Amino acid sequence: MTADVSNAAAEFARRQHSPLQRVQHQLHGRPWLSPLFLLLVAFVAFFIATPTFLTANSMGILLQQTAVVAALAVGQTLVILTAGIDLSVGAVMVLSMMVMATLTKDGGLPGIVGLLIGVLLAVVAGFFNGLLVTRINLPPFIVTLGTLSIFTAIALLYSGGESIQAEHLPGLLNALGNDFGIGKFRLTWGIVLVVVIYAVMAFVLSQTAWGRYVYAVGDDVESARLSGVPSKRILLAVYTVAGLIYGLAAWILIGRAGAATPNAAPTANLDSITAVVIGGTSLFGGRGRLIGTLIGALIVQTFDFGLSQMGVNQQWRVLATGLLVIVAVAIDQWIRRVKA
Amino acid sequence: MSAPTMEVAHGGVPAGKEDIYGKEPVLSARKLVITFGRVIGLDGVDLDLYPGEVLAVIGDNGAGKSTLIKCLTGAYTPDSGEITLSGERVHFSRPQDARAAGIETVYQQLAVIPALDIASNLYLAREERRKGILGSAFRMLDKKGMEKRAGQSVQDLGIQTIQNMGQAVETLSGGQRQAVAVARAAAFGSKVVILDEPTAALGVKESGMVLDMIKQLRDRGLSVILISHNMPQVWEVADRIHIQRLGGRAGVITPQSHDMGEGVAIMTGAKRLDSTS
Repeated sequence: MTADVSNAAAEFARRQHSPLQRVQHQLHGRPWLSPLFLLLVAFVAFFIATPTFLTANSMGILLQQTAVVAALAVGQTLVILTAGIDLSVGAVMVLSMMVMATLTKDGGLPGIVGLLIGVLLAVVAGFFNGLLVTRINLPPFIVTLGTLSIFTAIALLYSGGESIQAEHLPGLLNALGNDFGIGKFRLTWGIVLVVVIYAVMAFVLSQTAWGRYVYAVGDDVESARLSGVPSKRILLAVYTVAGLIYGLAAWILIGRAGAATPNAAPTANLDSITAVVIGGTSLFGGRGRLIGTLIGALIVQTFDFGLSQMGVNQQWRVLATGLLVIVAVAIDQWIRRVKA
Repeated sequence: MSAPTMEVAHGGVPAGKEDIYGKEPVLSARKLVITFGRVIGLDGVDLDLYPGEVLAVIGDNGAGKSTLIKCLTGAYTPDSGEITLSGERVHFSRPQDARAAGIETVYQQLAVIPALDIASNLYLAREERRKGILGSAFRMLDKKGMEKRAGQSVQDLGIQTIQNMGQAVETLSGGQRQAVAVARAAAFGSKVVILDEPTAALGVKESGMVLDMIKQLRDRGLSVILISHNMPQVWEVADRIHIQRLGGRAGVITPQSHDMGEGVAIMTGAKRLDSTS
């Protein structure tokens, strides 16, 4: 076949695409484009609606509010990329947080020991989820629905349902709530940790073989296995790494809330799933980028924060989030029907 | 149920080709037996594959074609019997074992990951890392290098319709996806490439492309096992044809020694091989 003929064929193929199909193609390759667009629209809209929205002060608060959900959403992204779902994110985080706080306050352990044990416990909790998914072959939805109750109950039993205020905790546990200024921005160390988590995991997902296996297992587990990907080991590792991230989120949450409270973050599960889905990651697995999740978390918080600055009733904010999720999944379904 | 096994010494070796078949088989199986509960999957099958040939395996549904192949690729472990590769006794307990020994398989269900690009699929589970500390400490993939070599592998097979190795496999046609799977097998199979119904889901033109690729693999000196239901295709590309029936080997023929009708007759049991040859 001569080059001219194949060029003509390629030309013909290109001409067949309507503008809408071209948009679909772009979104297929870059699923985070539509959430980024939505975030920009939201920023402009809130800037017009409330002059105080786009100030350094407001932006600092917005980032601080986003930090915990953004961190949790990294673990949730990993799990959803493997076509799973994790309903135990909030429970693992709260359990880890209550253990950190109780060990250091009542147990009198140094901050670093309490922190390490708390994070380790979150890792074990994630590993436990992974074991149930990979060894007993239970659906992730069922596994994490069960462990959601189990971990929540353990956290309440262990802490006696009592909150522990920041002043009773060692400085290290509160450290991520401390802030510093860049110009007029006030940023906390928790935000810095979130950025580090995103940078590390984005590198792992996009640049290492392990990252590719996560996508492969999520897209088609049987084909991945036949290709030689150790599917079960990858799944187990995904849930375990997610646990580690929830443990770090627990540390961020103590700093953010100024206390360890057993009923903190009641909406953490849904918020983290919402951030992932709005960020363009497919609930069917194998498709999505971490940068999308970060944008998704920012969108959720921007709507919440912007609407509250406008003095809108909280229920309208919840309603808006619900609409966002449905629109995001509908767009995902459409993108997946892309043709060559 | 026991199948009438037949002794066919080097069955159907065409005259004048002894120079090839005088060699040791690259892959051979002896008396493979596998049962699933009370169902007998394989009832003492023998198979011989010689260097540089295309051996077709045909048989009716349930004759044990796929089971036989799965034993050769490590997906199943036979209850008894032995497999030798290049004269050495081998034991595969996982597909990775067979792959490490130089046997590559193209599965019926393709085993490609739609969301990943072509280069990632070709190198899946065999990724190459960057040189130096980026690769050793940070485990960073050598994406550019793999993409370049993937392009080379695809070009070697004469596939011209695939140009961009960064293209997601899901945007390819069925034939192009199959080409990716074959290219992967060709790039890494050092001894044997097994194709399980590679044209089952393809149109006429795309099937022709896959058959051309099979011939190219043979011309490169690889040994190919082709499982197929499509008799015209088998008679077009095969050097020898292994007929599987009732969990055993009913015989081995060549496209020259028997025509399609006779082949099908042996396959269905209407005819016995010893009465025809």
